[in-house]
Amino acid sequence: MTTIYAARKIITMNPARPAVTHVAVRDGRILGAGSLDELTGFGEYTLDEQFADKVLMPGMVEGHCHAVEGKWWRYVYCGFHDRMDPHGKVWSGLSSIEEVISRLQENEATLQDPTAALTGWAIDPIYYADKKITREQLDRVSTTRPVGIMHASGHIMNVNSKALELADYLRAGIEHDGVPLGDDGLPTGELKGPDVMFPVGRQAGFDDNMLEFDEPGLIDFARLCVRTGVTTATDLAAKLDDEMVEMGIRVTARDDFPVRIMSLRFHHGVTPAELIEHAKALRSRSTDQFRLGKIKIIADGSIQGFSARIRWPGYFNGAPNGLWYIAPEQMLAIYEMALKEDLQVHTHTNGDEATDLVLDTLQVALKKHPNANHRFTIQHGQLINAAQYRRMASLNMCVNHFANHHFYWGDEHYNITVGPERAERMNACRTALDNGIPLAIHSDAPVTPLSPLFTAWCAVTRQTNSGRTQGEHEKITIDEALYAITLGAAYTLNMDDEIGSIEAGKLADFAVLEDDPTSVSAQALKDVKVWGTVQSGRVFAASEI
Amino acid sequence: MTNPVPVTIIGGFLGSGKTTLVNHLLRHANGVRLAVLVNDFGDLPIDADLIEGQDGDVINLSGGCVCCSYGDDLSLSLQTLQEQASLPDHIFIEASGVALPGAIGKSLSLLRAYRLEGIVVLADATTVQSMAAEKYVGDTIQRQLDDADLIVLNKLDLVCDEQAQSNRVWLDGCFPHTPYIDSVHSTVNADVFFDIKRKMTNCKPSAHSHTQDTLQVDHASSLFTSLSVSVDHMVDAKWLASQLADKRNMLVRAKGFVLDTDNQIKTIQVVGRRWSVTPAPIGVQAGLVCIAQAESLSEENIRSLCKPDAQQII
Ligand SMILES: [Zn+2]
Repeated sequence: MTTIYAARKIITMNPARPAVTHVAVRDGRILGAGSLDELTGFGEYTLDEQFADKVLMPGMVEGHCHAVEGKWWRYVYCGFHDRMDPHGKVWSGLSSIEEVISRLQENEATLQDPTAALTGWAIDPIYYADKKITREQLDRVSTTRPVGIMHASGHIMNVNSKALELADYLRAGIEHDGVPLGDDGLPTGELKGPDVMFPVGRQAGFDDNMLEFDEPGLIDFARLCVRTGVTTATDLAAKLDDEMVEMGIRVTARDDFPVRIMSLRFHHGVTPAELIEHAKALRSRSTDQFRLGKIKIIADGSIQGFSARIRWPGYFNGAPNGLWYIAPEQMLAIYEMALKEDLQVHTHTNGDEATDLVLDTLQVALKKHPNANHRFTIQHGQLINAAQYRRMASLNMCVNHFANHHFYWGDEHYNITVGPERAERMNACRTALDNGIPLAIHSDAPVTPLSPLFTAWCAVTRQTNSGRTQGEHEKITIDEALYAITLGAAYTLNMDDEIGSIEAGKLADFAVLEDDPTSVSAQALKDVKVWGTVQSGRVFAASEI
Repeated sequence: MTNPVPVTIIGGFLGSGKTTLVNHLLRHANGVRLAVLVNDFGDLPIDADLIEGQDGDVINLSGGCVCCSYGDDLSLSLQTLQEQASLPDHIFIEASGVALPGAIGKSLSLLRAYRLEGIVVLADATTVQSMAAEKYVGDTIQRQLDDADLIVLNKLDLVCDEQAQSNRVWLDGCFPHTPYIDSVHSTVNADVFFDIKRKMTNCKPSAHSHTQDTLQVDHASSLFTSLSVSVDHMVDAKWLASQLADKRNMLVRAKGFVLDTDNQIKTIQVVGRRWSVTPAPIGVQAGLVCIAQAESLSEENIRSLCKPDAQQII
């Protein structure tokens, strides 16, 4: 059974024939891309013209996100910017704390059980002149049920008095940097850092696996993928116990499940040897739609949380250097064993000192276990400088930059965390490409919204929330950005032989667009509408998902 | 509400001997029901004869002790432990190699069932100075030692006297308020870690008497001495506790009951430089027990601190 799709334009990412009009698909794979005439040579076919007025491009690849976003949409959206949920509803952004409270109040009124928790997410007080939110404000939503809101950064939570009381925090005598106290000596309801967020979050409706997807959440996440043109998405840090793996394999194997998930094993909580063994076992269970067997390491914290490890001269505001989340010896042990076993490692670094450690460590490990095609990738790498890119090139490393960060927190980095000069070279996509580093760009959803075209816009315009262009020199072109969200990301996942371009032999993964992203202005890139996707030859319309 | 369970945090960089110390303590628990919380099981080679069974994240050990791995959520493990039918007598938390033990200590203030007893940080005498200057982890190691109430200078059998002394000078310079003790193979006398309670009920100090005895030791370099002093007069308990915690006394631990200036009997507890004063249980007898490394204990100093007019003189 061969289907030939006709389209207004097909952007292939194949430089030999960059734009064509037809693509032939058989058994979920691409027979060829070209003119109808050329493709008829494969024999009998059905011509499908439903995309005749659409533009196809390779299915987009989100190389760093977390499938848990689907689950988070069961909480109340409290973000500053408009954001689309899995069912296509666009939730309007909230422009003041008062609006946040009203939205929570509206939601509260619909709850039957007077003791059930009310949970919100994605609030970001930096847009409210950094005003602190207090438990008294959230008490206006309810005094009988626990109320909690997770911040957009994922590092801070605000709760009401009832939630504090249930967690036994509403008392004098608490001494913890992460629990600020009011004039009455009692916690204000702001909770900073996982140590203090988890115990109260549990009372406020966040479950113990705040960062792990569940079955309905995975299905909702897949809906978001269809709406944003994504056909392969990562779930970048998971524990992947047997139960999760079975569920992931089962759910993604459904005929109507529209996205390929690549889930990486997080290094934490096991020894390097156990991690390697687990990753090998996972690799052998990998399926077409649920890919397993890669490793994620987190080396340091975040820049806006001042927990990233940064080089001299340190933080712009003088904050002390951040924290290591892994010991150098452990990183070396993991790298060495992974290189030996052909397991790919993605390492999160935010600060440039953490990047230095990765480069030093990989250089040592490669001497012991040379591995020409390792494709070790730095995730985020927000402060990588020119010299570091040059070293990355000589070590054959890839990078996946957090382009969206510029828009959401670029102003804060400029003014507070690292200052103007370094803020302008954060997520330096131009310098990465100029040094020949394979480049992907990402959203880190749910931290920022899943939408590769928006991410591409961020990398192309480098515009911050206040409207400034931050780092003119580090802009990349639309073509480069589109490559980064398709073949570029596929390369970092070692899947570029299967996905990322529309050419003979590859999986039939397409993003179906209403407009041609290569012919719109840079400003309009984020507004190109997505009709839906084709994934492994199956058609998924956003309007019906 | 029952008394909060004392928690000791054991910190130190990879290779400093934390795991060996934890195993050593489990072997010398002597009836104290311990719970040991480790970052992950993989680094804890618990001797097979100690293990009675495993139940999920909990390993049951002989003598009613347990070992749990807390992975990435220590607060959850502590909360789970809190909900168990019988709480352990004492908890040891083995901090991961790059963790800051002070931060773990602060998170204990969030749970009513626990009380931070002290932070003990191990320093590997063969590497600590060079590691503290290392490019990536130097500041982490310094911050860990800075968080310590008591530093264990470990692996002294592997260095010459000169290097041992250079380590002590370095510790004095960098951490001027933190007492330290010597150790080899992480074998520190268990009495350094456990509550002095048993010792106090055994000795009945009479007026102005004192006793001194040498604790059972596992190794010649870890000789500890305990000193019992009676304090029958009224004394500013906080002043006395803070004086006992002063580094010049090099005490590893002190516990006592004294009559405070408000005419209430108070419990004084000292672990290294950390001290606390809390209301004493009813019916206790006044008195004080101090433990220090044998050669560092200045009996004279302690006794003069416990004299009725000490606060005026010192
Ligand atoms: Zn992430």
